Amino acid sequence: MAMPITHYLRTSKMPHIWCAGCGHGMVLGAVLRAIDSLGLDKDQVCVVSGIGCASRAPGYLDFNTLHTTHGRALAFATGIRMVKPGMKVIVLTGDGDAAAIGGNHLIHAARRNIGIATVCFNNSIYGMTSGQYSPMTPTGSYASTAPYGHIEEPFDLCELVYAAGASYVARGTAYHALLLSKLIAKAIATDGFSFVEAITQCPTYYGRRNRMRTAVDMLKWQKEHGVPVASAARMSPEEMVGKFRIGELGTRTRPEYTRRYAAIIEVAEKGEAERDA
Amino acid sequence: MLRKAGARLMQGNEACAEGAIAAGLRFFAGYPITPSTEIAEGLALLLPKVGGRFIQMEDEIASISAIIGASLAGAKSMTATSGPGFSLKQEGIGFAAYTEVPCVIVNVQRVGPSTGVPTAPAQGDVMQARWGTHGDHPIVVLCPSSVAETFTLIIEAFNISERWRIPVIFLMDEVVAHMREKVVVPDVNGIPVVERPRPQVSPDDYLPYAAGEDLVPAMADFGTGYRYHVTGLTHDQTGFPTTKRPEVDALARRLDGKMKKAAPHVTFVDELFADDAEVVVFAYGITGRAAAKAVRDARAQGLKAGLVKAKTLWPFPDEHVRRLAQRVRAIVVPEMNMGQMVREVERAAAGMAKVVGLSRVDADPITPDEILARLREV
Repeated sequence: MAMPITHYLRTSKMPHIWCAGCGHGMVLGAVLRAIDSLGLDKDQVCVVSGIGCASRAPGYLDFNTLHTTHGRALAFATGIRMVKPGMKVIVLTGDGDAAAIGGNHLIHAARRNIGIATVCFNNSIYGMTSGQYSPMTPTGSYASTAPYGHIEEPFDLCELVYAAGASYVARGTAYHALLLSKLIAKAIATDGFSFVEAITQCPTYYGRRNRMRTAVDMLKWQKEHGVPVASAARMSPEEMVGKFRIGELGTRTRPEYTRRYAAIIEVAEKGEAERDA
Repeated sequence: MLRKAGARLMQGNEACAEGAIAAGLRFFAGYPITPSTEIAEGLALLLPKVGGRFIQMEDEIASISAIIGASLAGAKSMTATSGPGFSLKQEGIGFAAYTEVPCVIVNVQRVGPSTGVPTAPAQGDVMQARWGTHGDHPIVVLCPSSVAETFTLIIEAFNISERWRIPVIFLMDEVVAHMREKVVVPDVNGIPVVERPRPQVSPDDYLPYAAGEDLVPAMADFGTGYRYHVTGLTHDQTGFPTTKRPEVDALARRLDGKMKKAAPHVTFVDELFADDAEVVVFAYGITGRAAAKAVRDARAQGLKAGLVKAKTLWPFPDEHVRRLAQRVRAIVVPEMNMGQMVREVERAAAGMAKVVGLSRVDADPITPDEILARLREV
């Protein structure tokens, strides 16, 4: 790294609130390494979050930071990006925040292709409220609100966001930290809506109920179940059962929203100038 | 830019949109809902002409969220809605009040609760406008009674919101929103426009939630070198979360104190024949117009009637009503609800004058004759 990681941290606001073994610090480290690799000006970076464990991250970061209401980070970020299209706007969110209460904003931000980079810390559970199932909780696993085993199917968030129109979609894990950092850097550099699902561990509220008592157990699970896209392409559907792809899952070029709006302003202002002339 | 100065025929919602731009509005996010939709339509057309930005969001919650984000980025911001949408925005309004982000929320009242009669007027959201979001919080609620007043009062809404960093609810009703009347648009230079207090110190010395004597902290725009934190959690002067009891207490009391400091500067009341009146109507919104006619008719019949028309509903004009109650026999409070402001009038009158409500809840406005009849009874 060009700068030490503390360059981007508000170390005076530490210790952080996350539990021992939580993967959120690993994902946050990947975010900061990505920002560092792009050489961004801290004044021109805005980090927005919702509510939940992951959403506490911005408080520890030395940028323009905004900790909003549950699920709404992308809507707040949309307002910021519209007014300051020159700023890098990054949303840090969790699986409950992004896929449940904030699901509508997620698909619409992707549909508009507004230039916001979103990193979803997916730990498969509501950690802040101590272990209820989320839209990303795997079928059959246990949660405080799924004491008999979970009967719902989780989203494939990356497929969802890409289908909605995002320019860039990728998945990484806390275990594959260097890959994750590269994916996030590409997401932030994308001219359009980008989304990175970061699989992370919650041993306290997910692992302990699901036979992965320690962070190490859960990181091993990430290592063994995350399959790089190139390898996945050579595997049969049967071989991929229970596994998930990591890496870049979708890229496309579409006009970015605020750029399109800038064209509207140009037309409207010109019309007004001609009217006044 | 703004339409040329001079007299024009305008719809209430149009006057709201144009007045907002005159006040400096540069970002609007909204969601279609009757009877407020013309505000969004007007701003979709007008905002880009002044370099501003409009966006139709995916829902009401996204709209209030987007305007708060935009305001933090430095733009004067507004959203507009009606009953059901106003209910959905409440959490965001609380966030804006607690984080002290200036913004204006227009609520064109229609019959409720729930979907109600979307195309008909009501005044049932008066209490919700004050207490709709959870927890103690500062809020200012303005209420126009004509199209011309909509134009001037929406400018006040922005000025108050910016000056005091308090969200302002602009409480219209379906009649004011949809009727067309003459508005004399003033010259642009004749419109006083207020900006939010911005920091005069260097970023190193900036404490985003430390306030001076007026209890209003200076607010930096995102992206201007002041890297600070904004959270809906209870926060200390640095803007970071706290659960320390003295700090939790200090924030609640400062916000309450700020509201009290603002109150004399944001409480607007109009009077008609109130000086020598023996019976007075206390009214607001479109009902205030019917009341003015009723009071004139009463005078013509020899009854010493007067009108107090509140343009600010919250903070409630306590002192005004208290002084009035000392010298009148009775106060009539007509409302298109089952009796909301009448309780506030009773509280402020504190038994010094008889207070009588008049409710109409059949989706039609209250007529001058109904008010006149009640004036003759009391």
